[in-house]
This record gives sequence, structure tokens and C-alpha cells, in this order.
Amino acid sequence: MTSGGWQTVPSVLKPGRHFMQGDEACAEGAIAAGCGFFAGYPITPATEIMEHMARRLPSLPGRVFAQMEDELASIGAAIGASWAGARAMTATSGPGFSLMLENLGYAIMTETPLVIVDIQRAGPSTGQATRPSQGDVMQARWGAGGDYEIIALAPWSVQEMYSETVHAFNLAERFRVPVILLGDEGIGHLREKLVVEGETKVYTRLKAPGAAPFGEREVPPMPSFGEGEQLLVTGSTHDARGYRRTSERAAQAELVERLAGKIAAHRQEIVRTELSLADEEELDVLLIAFGFSARSAYRAAQELRHEGQRAGLLRLCTLWPFAEEAVRAVAPRAQHVLVPEMNRGQVLREVQRLVPEARGYHRTDGEVITPDEIVSAVKAWCV
Amino acid sequence: MKPGTTSSIKRMIRPEAFATPFCPGCGHGILMGAILRAIDELGWSMQEMLFVSGIGCGGWIPSPHYAADTLHVTHGRPIAFATGAKLYNPRLKVVVIGGDGDIASIGGNHLIHGARRNINLTVICANNGIYGMTGGQVTPTTPQGGRTVTTPDGNQERPFDLSQLLVAAGASYVARYSVYHVRQLVRAIKAALEHPGFSFVEALTSCPVQYGRRNDLGTPVAMLEYYREACVTIARARTMTQEQLRDKIIIGEFVS
Repeated sequence: MTSGGWQTVPSVLKPGRHFMQGDEACAEGAIAAGCGFFAGYPITPATEIMEHMARRLPSLPGRVFAQMEDELASIGAAIGASWAGARAMTATSGPGFSLMLENLGYAIMTETPLVIVDIQRAGPSTGQATRPSQGDVMQARWGAGGDYEIIALAPWSVQEMYSETVHAFNLAERFRVPVILLGDEGIGHLREKLVVEGETKVYTRLKAPGAAPFGEREVPPMPSFGEGEQLLVTGSTHDARGYRRTSERAAQAELVERLAGKIAAHRQEIVRTELSLADEEELDVLLIAFGFSARSAYRAAQELRHEGQRAGLLRLCTLWPFAEEAVRAVAPRAQHVLVPEMNRGQVLREVQRLVPEARGYHRTDGEVITPDEIVSAVKAWCV
Repeated sequence: MKPGTTSSIKRMIRPEAFATPFCPGCGHGILMGAILRAIDELGWSMQEMLFVSGIGCGGWIPSPHYAADTLHVTHGRPIAFATGAKLYNPRLKVVVIGGDGDIASIGGNHLIHGARRNINLTVICANNGIYGMTGGQVTPTTPQGGRTVTTPDGNQERPFDLSQLLVAAGASYVARYSVYHVRQLVRAIKAALEHPGFSFVEALTSCPVQYGRRNDLGTPVAMLEYYREACVTIARARTMTQEQLRDKIIIGEFVS
């Protein structure tokens, strides 16, 4: 018998309006989604997530907070807890995320539901710890070894730091995958309004006692330790029951294809974009943006429209898998496509795969891109 | 069936996992049995156990052999994974098994922090002083002078005394025995399993293929004889001079 699936649970935080920081809203979103285990290690600008969890989790029945000795241990403990039955999360920034990548690969290979929050800061390396950046887009996509698909979400408001964290848990449990919440210092440290609904929709991982935990179905049911299933969990290539198959060609290909395929086959369900202000069928300029930069892009599009230009914003709510369908559908309507982002063009290159004439606007000095800059960039190019 | 006997522990191993991947004469088979004998003698059920292991020959002791929940993780990280599982479900009886490379080299940080944190985990280190699976490279516990493929002229670095390291890090149970001293080893593992905190058992185990044959220790039997000659108990060591103890290995319960 299979159990699990969608259910509606009362929200933990008092329904109504709150004034909150992005990092704290992320922690509250995790709590609303039923996060039962959080492990982390201090790192700016994600530390507030851990601090908030340290205050909140121990007072909630059955939920556990742990500060670990480093990021390797933080994600490791979260994966261990996930297999013990927890909805698990860890949070970090670029340098810590780099340390987590090996175990991110492990979570992919073992189909472990897990939420990893990366509040991006200016890098490479230690860089500027308190300054925003969007430089981890490709680290999130390709950072772990091997060949895989990944889900990464890019919240643009305190509201979404809450709701997209809930969504990240639901995707993680639904597809048995690690999900990356790719925030940035701008959003993480932003304080603004958060509205909490009375109920939260959560997806609980499927259970089917005796069923194969690593195959036979696209997303296999997931037993927990202690349920008498004699689980064999391994990061080595394995068959449907978990036995290592480290020199069988078919086992390797089958596993890699299924792990990637279960995300690729559900792109329609996973990939979300938001098109704003683009009222006309033909546009002078389309801005494609995500995270904090999308806020500036939205404002810039408003100003451009005020000045008589037909401008619109295509916001990438899901960064990975990349929103190819939406870009392909909307970009042909625009004379110009501009991608503002706080890096040297990581999303731009994805867009250029589909729209070769698209241009970028980049900022790598640890400051956010302002609406005025985008307006100027558009005018310099288009007018 | 008498608990702890070979016929009794056979049901604790998945039949489909035979034959084991270990080389002829490997000490890991003795340790693999000693752990099961200890669990069996305590009357514990494999259904309530979780075995966590990392990469290397030692990591294959429980996975896939043991008929229990097993979590075979990334190199060096089993204590971190075990910590998460144990904290979330304290009813699980969690045992970490790994080699010296996994537990004490790449995983050294998790080892000392596990000991400091003192949550109820048992860590069993299958210490053979060599990276066996990758072909015989030097580890942090290879004896000084030991010849390996990466120290062809002999190891110039000093080895960790793992048990003393764990004593200093605050482990609340620490014991060391070799696979020659099977009865003592089983007794120590039982004590470690029952101990309500972070317990550490250093099991000296022989690797005749990757270490022995490069160090004139020859056959599997010769390696076991080496443990018999080199190991002295804590009580006997107290009566010996530093000079007499120079090439000896002290065995026993250091913290209990």
C-alpha cells in the first residue's frame, strides 16, 4: 500500500502580516513546510537562517537543530536525518556551498530529499562576505561531479523566501531530489512585509513497504531507517534494491538516465516564470532577470514604459531546469532582450543559446544593480 | 543456538552478499564477525541497528553484508551522516565502521568533533595502516618507516595513536585490540555498544596484500603473529620502560 502525497497543514507562524528579514522568512518557510532537521555552519550572509532555526526548532515537538563542525558535516547530517525520516535542510553561502557539492552529488545519487539554501555573496572564495552577488548560478547547476539534472529556485522577495522554501521542500519530497534555493545577500538581508496564510500545502514522500527503494518507478517510494526494510543506501552505482553495481554498464546508464529523466520529464510542472508589464504583442525590450536583479528590472521596465517604451520583464522563478520554453515563447516578441545579473553573464549565456542577439548587463563590484542603470543600458542600446 | 557463534551470526548477514570482496587473509573478515558476535551476544536485533560507513575496504564491512539498515556514504563523512540520523531518530542504534583512511585522515575532523559532542554513537575503526582499496598508499596510521607505494623508501611521518587522540578529544569509551585478540575485541565492542555516549573501538586489522608483503610481514598468519608479539596490555605496559615499549602497541580499554 502506498501512502504519502499532498496534504494541507495549519501554518506554524501566526497567519497574517509580518515584517521580517529574508533569511528569517526562509527559516519560517522551512518550519511551515514541516522541516524536522536543520544542520548548518556559520557563514555570512546565511547565518541568520541558522540562528533563527536554533531559536525555533527545539521548541517544536520532534524537530532537531544541530550546528556542525563544517559544511561537509552539515549537509552530511541533513542527508542522514532525511533517511531517518526527516524533512531536512541546510543553509550556506558560496564558499560553504562549494564544500557541500560532493555530498550534493551523493544526495542526487541516493535520491535523498533535501533543501540546500545558498545565499550568494561576492566571490570567488571568501570574496566580500557581506556583499550581494549572483555568481553561483553555474555552481548550482554543475558543481557536483558527474552528469545530472538539478532543481534551483530564485526567490525575489521576503514573501518568496518563505513561499519558495515551502515549494523547495515539496519539490524535494515529490521527486526525491536535493533542491537548491538560490538566494542572494540582497534578498537574504532585506526586510519587508510577509503575509502568512492559515494553511500550508505540503507534499510528503511516498512510502510503500517492501517496494524497491531505488528503481522500478520513475520516483521510487522512500522508506526510512528503523522501518525494518534492511535499506542499502549507497552513493556507488546501484540496482533497484541498493546493491552496488560498480562495473555493469547497463546499471550505470539506467541509473543516470532515470535520475536525470525524472526531472527532465516534469519540466512543465517544475519550471515557473512570471511575465510582467509586457502588455503589447510586440515589445521594444524584454528584460530577463531573477532574484534581487529582477526587482530592479521590474522597476526599470516600469520607468521605460512611463517614457513610452514597450518594456516587459520575464522573471525566472525557477533557474534550473532553465526556462527554455518561456524564453523561446516570449523573446521573439521583443526587439531587444537584456539580461541584467550580478555576475559576468551566467544566465545570459543560457539565454543566448536560444536568443543569440541577447545582451547582458553585469555588475561584479558587490553592489546590486539599480533600476536607473538598467534604464540607461536599455537606452544606450535601443534608442 | 548459542549467541555469538558462527552458526548463530550467519542469519545477520545477507546471503546474497557472499562472497565478500576482501582479499585472502584480510583481517576485516574477522572484525566483520566480531561486530556481529558482539551484537548477537547482547541479544540486540539487527532491525533496530543502522550501520554507517564511508569509502574504502573498511566501509564494505557492513555494506552490503549486514542484514540491517546500512548507509554507505562519501569518503570520510560517515560520522556526520550518522550524527544526523541519530539526532533525528534516537531509537536507532547507530554504528559507524570505517578504515583509518576514511575515519582518521579525510574524516579526522568529524572524528574529533564526534568525540567532543559525545552523542550516543559507536565508531569502530578498522585500522590496517594502509589505503588498501586504492593500491597501498601511506595513511596517518602507517608506522614510521613503513614501506607503501607512496613511501617507497619508508614512511618519514609519525603515525597517529588513534586511541590516545580519541581520549584527548573526549570520547567517553575508548578501547584498542587487534584481530588476533578476537575475544577481547568482541568484549570491547559489546562495551562500546552498550556505552551511552560516543564510544570508539580501534581494531588493528591486517592487510597482508597491500601492507604485509611490502614490509616483510609476509603471510596472513605472519601478520597475526606480529600482533601477538607487538601488542602488550595496559597493565603490562605499566611495568615496562620507554625503551622496551618502543616497538610495542598498547591494547586495552583506555577510557571506560
